[in-house]
Amino acid sequence: MRVLTLRRGRRSGIYGRQATAGWVFVAPVVLILGLFLLLPIVMALYVSFTRWNGQGSPFTGDVPMAGVDNYTDLFSKPGLARQDFMLSIRNNVYYVLIVVPVQTVVALFLALVVNQRLLKGKTFFRTAFFFPSVVSSVAISVVFLFLFTNSGAVNALLAALGIHGPAWFSDPRGVVHIVLTNTGLVDPSAPPSALAGHELFGLSWWEWLSGPSVALCAIIALVVWTTCGTFMLLYLAALQNVPVELEEASLLDGAGPFQRLRYVTLPLLRPTTFLVLTLGLIGTWQVFDQVYVMSQGDPAKTTLTPAFLSYRTAFRGFEYGTGAAISFVLFLIIVVLTLIQRWVLRERDGGAR
Amino acid sequence: MGAARARRGCAVKRLAWLIVGYATLVFFALVFLYPFVIQLSGTFKTEPDASARPLAPFPDPFTTGSFVRMFESTDFPRWLLNSVLVALVVTIGRVFLDSLAGYALARLRFGGRAAIFATIVAMMSVPGVVLLIPKFLVLKQVGIYDSYAALILPLIVDATGVFIMKQSFESVPVYVEEAARIDGAGIFRTYWSVVLPMIRPALLTLTILSFQSSWNEFPHTLVAVQSPDLFTLPRGLADLVSGSLGAGTQYPLKLGAALVATVPVAVVFIAFQRYFVRGATEGGVKG
Repeated sequence: MRVLTLRRGRRSGIYGRQATAGWVFVAPVVLILGLFLLLPIVMALYVSFTRWNGQGSPFTGDVPMAGVDNYTDLFSKPGLARQDFMLSIRNNVYYVLIVVPVQTVVALFLALVVNQRLLKGKTFFRTAFFFPSVVSSVAISVVFLFLFTNSGAVNALLAALGIHGPAWFSDPRGVVHIVLTNTGLVDPSAPPSALAGHELFGLSWWEWLSGPSVALCAIIALVVWTTCGTFMLLYLAALQNVPVELEEASLLDGAGPFQRLRYVTLPLLRPTTFLVLTLGLIGTWQVFDQVYVMSQGDPAKTTLTPAFLSYRTAFRGFEYGTGAAISFVLFLIIVVLTLIQRWVLRERDGGAR
Repeated sequence: MGAARARRGCAVKRLAWLIVGYATLVFFALVFLYPFVIQLSGTFKTEPDASARPLAPFPDPFTTGSFVRMFESTDFPRWLLNSVLVALVVTIGRVFLDSLAGYALARLRFGGRAAIFATIVAMMSVPGVVLLIPKFLVLKQVGIYDSYAALILPLIVDATGVFIMKQSFESVPVYVEEAARIDGAGIFRTYWSVVLPMIRPALLTLTILSFQSSWNEFPHTLVAVQSPDLFTLPRGLADLVSGSLGAGTQYPLKLGAALVATVPVAVVFIAFQRYFVRGATEGGVKG
């Protein structure tokens, strides 16, 4: 060891060579990430303050500037832009509120079952549950589109149970509206004026509280089905770290399986649950592929999400400024969620030490 | 007597648990795998059969008509070729460039190293979907929009890969390199023929993750290219479903194309399962 440090001390040339090599080694990564990740963010930030329509370069003096209008219009200017944006936020909130808890609970449940020592074939089942997570989201969306056609597999299953399945991708009503209508509580042509008469950001309360449409529910089913496997793996990894002595001790104390789960296993899994919840929260704001393939925001904009709306506004509506502004609002939401996650995880690591 | 009865009661309880446990596992295995059975059988069904018996696991009659139409009436072969090309180049590029950078960040001393690493960690959490418009702008400005370069270059390195590589290089004991260096090996030689072979499992994980993510990549192709000649499989497939052919028809054809998009990753997954598991639990989960 001493010989080595001496060598280093004597031959200062090695640091020079290391510095050069270091920069040469990281250069491709730095260049490409800089060019296609950092620079684009700066350029798009600029475009979000303009009214560029996609013609020519956005960085010439000819492009009209918009100031912060592209942002403020989304929140305060009555019109189509704000309405679409608020609808996309509403849809995504319903999506998050259902996907995150359901995928977390199912993932935990699957991990607990697969982890049972009495059951054989653990590897096979783990593989089976994880498989949907690794294949192409576009291919999976095509398959699910087929499953959810009017005469598709899902409706055939429902029919076998005596239920008349909905027209998944053409019924634009929210599930809350459907339930209220079918139970006869509310006449859909005359919704309660307390809700229909008051609005928030341009949408009436009746619209805010519609619930997800059946089309969005189909997408939710698809996403939960794809992501569960990955989160199950995180739980399985954590379960393998639960000390056997703890389980044995609780057995000796006469704890039943459910008590053991409640008082021993779940508290030990709390860090994993936090990770799964936050990864879910961050991921669910980015839903795009499934919407693009399955519904393009339809029926009646009930599957519009901010990510897809941003794309549509820019590349189909040629309002790049507004599109970029929407993606930055989305970026902000995700950054805040990520920072909260990292902050809490860091806190926890520090506490454990 | 009492003890024997208690033991029998215990055995019955155990059996009940086993039955409930296996029933649960089999139920979920069906939920997660049966859609793929439907995809597979749907590919070889006729159109009336596919819509009349969507749940049936066997086609009746059996037909390969969807593949014939795939090759004759769509640009499918072209998409397949593009997908193979993009996945190959991106995978090789990522493994080489990510490991190179990971090695430098783990082992070489140079000014700005800490700052670069911090930036790369920050970039890991930049969500891809908010970069669609930005990437399009840069590709236009640089002048490579709608080319193979646009499809490949932005994907050829990734922050997560660099991170995984750096962590693995740090797990290699330093004395190995010191010894190589005393023997007169240069820095690149040390990296390439001494340290790299020592992290083979991590390299394999990165190879597999890179192949999977580049083969499946969709949103990037939306903003990188527009000519159908440059479509990859996911892009062509999305176009097939949401575009010209419209919704609700030609399902055997669409399922067949989706099947071809699924199979390569499925094969790699079955062969190298534990590396996928490693990737999922170590590299974090991506949208």
